[in-house]
Amino acid sequence: MAQDIGRVHVIRHLIEKSRDRKIKKMIEKMMPILLVLAASVCIATTFGILFTLVFETFEFFQRVSIIEYFFGTEWYPFSSGNPSFGVLPLIMGTLKVTIIAMIVAVPFGLAVAIYLSEYASGRTRKFIKPVLEILAGVPTIVYGFFALTFVTPILQIFIPSLKLFNAISPGIVVGMMILPSIISLSEDAMNAVPNAIREGALALGATKLEVALKVVLPAAFSGIIASIVLAISRAIGETMIVTLAGGAMPSFDFSVTGSIQTMTAYIVQVSSGDAGYGTVIYYSMYAVGFTLFIFTLLMNFIAHKISKRFREEY
Amino acid sequence: MKYMDETAVLKQIKSRIRKNNIWKSVFFIATILALLALAMLIGRIISQGASFIDWDFFTNFSSRFPEKAGIKAALVGSIYLMLVVAPTSVILGVATAVYLEEYAKKNRFNDFIRANISNLAGVPSVVFGLLGLTIFVRMLGLGKSILAAGLTMSLLILPVIIVAAQEAIRTVPKEQREASYAMGATKWQTVFCVVLPAALPGILTGSILALSRAIGETAPLAVMGIPVIIHFLPDGLLSEFTALPMQIYDWAKRPQEAFQSVAAAGIIVLMIILVLMNSVAVMIRNKFQKRY
Amino acid sequence: MVQTMSNGELKIVTVAERNPYGLKEPRAKKKTSVFSARNFQLWYGEHHVLKDIQLDVKENEVTAIIGPSGCGKSTFIKSLNRMVELVPSVKTNGEIIYRGRNIFDADFAVEELRTKVGMVFQKPNPFPKSIYDNVAYGPRIHGIKNKKLLDEIVEKSLRGAAIWDEVKDRLNDHAYRLSGGQQQRLCIARCLAIEPDVILMDEPTSALDPISTLKVEELILELKKQFSIIIVTHNMQQAARISEKTAFFLNGEVVEFDRTDKIFSTPRDKRTEDYISGRFG
Repeated sequence: MAQDIGRVHVIRHLIEKSRDRKIKKMIEKMMPILLVLAASVCIATTFGILFTLVFETFEFFQRVSIIEYFFGTEWYPFSSGNPSFGVLPLIMGTLKVTIIAMIVAVPFGLAVAIYLSEYASGRTRKFIKPVLEILAGVPTIVYGFFALTFVTPILQIFIPSLKLFNAISPGIVVGMMILPSIISLSEDAMNAVPNAIREGALALGATKLEVALKVVLPAAFSGIIASIVLAISRAIGETMIVTLAGGAMPSFDFSVTGSIQTMTAYIVQVSSGDAGYGTVIYYSMYAVGFTLFIFTLLMNFIAHKISKRFREEY
Repeated sequence: MKYMDETAVLKQIKSRIRKNNIWKSVFFIATILALLALAMLIGRIISQGASFIDWDFFTNFSSRFPEKAGIKAALVGSIYLMLVVAPTSVILGVATAVYLEEYAKKNRFNDFIRANISNLAGVPSVVFGLLGLTIFVRMLGLGKSILAAGLTMSLLILPVIIVAAQEAIRTVPKEQREASYAMGATKWQTVFCVVLPAALPGILTGSILALSRAIGETAPLAVMGIPVIIHFLPDGLLSEFTALPMQIYDWAKRPQEAFQSVAAAGIIVLMIILVLMNSVAVMIRNKFQKRY
Repeated sequence: MVQTMSNGELKIVTVAERNPYGLKEPRAKKKTSVFSARNFQLWYGEHHVLKDIQLDVKENEVTAIIGPSGCGKSTFIKSLNRMVELVPSVKTNGEIIYRGRNIFDADFAVEELRTKVGMVFQKPNPFPKSIYDNVAYGPRIHGIKNKKLLDEIVEKSLRGAAIWDEVKDRLNDHAYRLSGGQQQRLCIARCLAIEPDVILMDEPTSALDPISTLKVEELILELKKQFSIIIVTHNMQQAARISEKTAFFLNGEVVEFDRTDKIFSTPRDKRTEDYISGRFG
């Protein structure tokens, strides 16, 4: 008995002692500071990106006129005699691929999302969702390889005029790449529509199709749009597929069968080439990167706004 | 007065049901095609590259001759790369998540951090490459080293890890924190001894998935000018190196047909690594899923 | 009835205007059945929820279904328009005859059944659309596109659900801006818009406050002149107030089914008596 009381005292004493320990107090004070420092890395990264892009783009515009860059329709940076830096052909290449990707991914993505959220049984969903996750985890270099060595040759059977490097094949494969994200985000938006609302429509004699198209889709509309805008942003920023299968010949036209070049592919082309540090070509890479950054930032901003509104709906 | 014409409604129901069935099969076929696309992708790559994988493929460096080309340097380089990326990104990511979930008050600065994270998540990886090239390769003079590439990759996947860790921390019930405080624990003790262990499975799962993205990412490496013809193994963090996706990229764009098989073989190795990492993540998730 | 018009005048509202469905004299002859369940059984997976249900529901009456939670009363009412089949593991056996046809027959499409058998749910579940679009949804999917006709149907249905006066000036407002009680009456209006034959109500007032409940009950009394109504309720007073017939469910069986006054005054079964006197449930 007396021994027990003694032991309690010892424990008390130890606790008291540990509470006063300086090191413990210091940890308590230091940790929040260390954590803030870690959190600041994200801010530093953003500033790093902005700093890099703005600074080097500024250098670029010391050498090339802004008017030429934004309104020029010819992009021949490597021409030794008379290089021209009109970014429109690169933007055109990016748009071609993005539009083709969307033509593939949006109808397919919505169809699969509707099937999964409105028709499929629990068991089917359990099977299909992990498969889509795998599709989302495939590195883009693999998709690029697939586009170049499989999709292009097959397409050439149907479209004999198709060149080895073109816009259709990378467009289709970029569509394939963004498909999982459209599916899963749209399906999330549709799943957020309460079941009671579906039942209300079914009880009026609606078919599942009518429930999906006239009740669920309108209710989930902003979530679906946000998923599409995000997908557009990813398609614009996609690099390896277009580098491998799109080619390196930007032109300001509407042809999708010939070689193109996107903004991202140009950046890779320059950086893996021999353009020395400090040359116009070197700086042009940053100007293009900055243009690309603005495009994707805008898309992400729109998607963010739309999905924020969507969250307030129910 | 009746507005609904019963016979007309009845007649319509038949066509509406038919329409429903037609669209149902359309949606179903779309789903099957999506799955088929994946099957084709995998089937094509295996059929092209599987026969090329042998022991030599793992022990040879890359070569001008397809039959002699191997992934030794790339595989070792990727492993080194992960040795930099994993600790850097996980420590920074988890610390940021802990700060945002446990310490951050609602103020402008913290909103700014949050906005930054969601913005960074949408920045194309090629832009991160430009950042790495300018800051790490040139400004800090790290060269085309493992460290420079590793730091760049860490920043790239940082937002993913932060979001995953935040979600994992949020699932820890408030009662557990209160129980810890009620025993006189300090804030950091509560975070370190109660919250983090409870959130660990979620953090691990998210981190592994993010790392598997980093291991397959090519664009930043390409922009930083990471070389592809390397005939030595790295001897430190500042050593030049090459990585699996870069090596695949190099093989894929070579004109000789035979190199396509080499690229496919490299892809198989890369995909096997990804599948292994993903299965570990899924295993962790399944094992700890229903704890609360 | 006297109503204040928008211009301030008082106007006598005729019964026909107030109740556009018109009053019907109660029929003297024997009423025909709308629903009759014959040996109806239902399982959720292995769980036997409804056992051998025999029940005859007559035209233009309110039939109340009472019983403790988990007795299968909601499951039964959802079987009548086959909404219960939304649960994946459901199996049924036996027949439910609606106006001479077994609702489980292969050639009886659920869409057709549900067009004739409307349903009002426990919690108000308006679509996230405008008030107008909520009511017009049913007629639209059934092929009515004419704007003028739709306007008339919407007005008639909203009047029929006694909510017209509250919403007539804001038909384009989002339905979620209505109060819970108003939302429930909107759901009733939505159901009336497809001119059903039977209306199923699954505890329609359980999520409402007492005043809204009273309004819905008054509405039910008005509606039964036009429709056959089957209502599941947790509230025995409500059953007594509004129904002609009451069925008492217990553990998936119909213990007693009779005229409401009889059930509440002289129940034949001991278990019914115990339940209505509040000894369990």
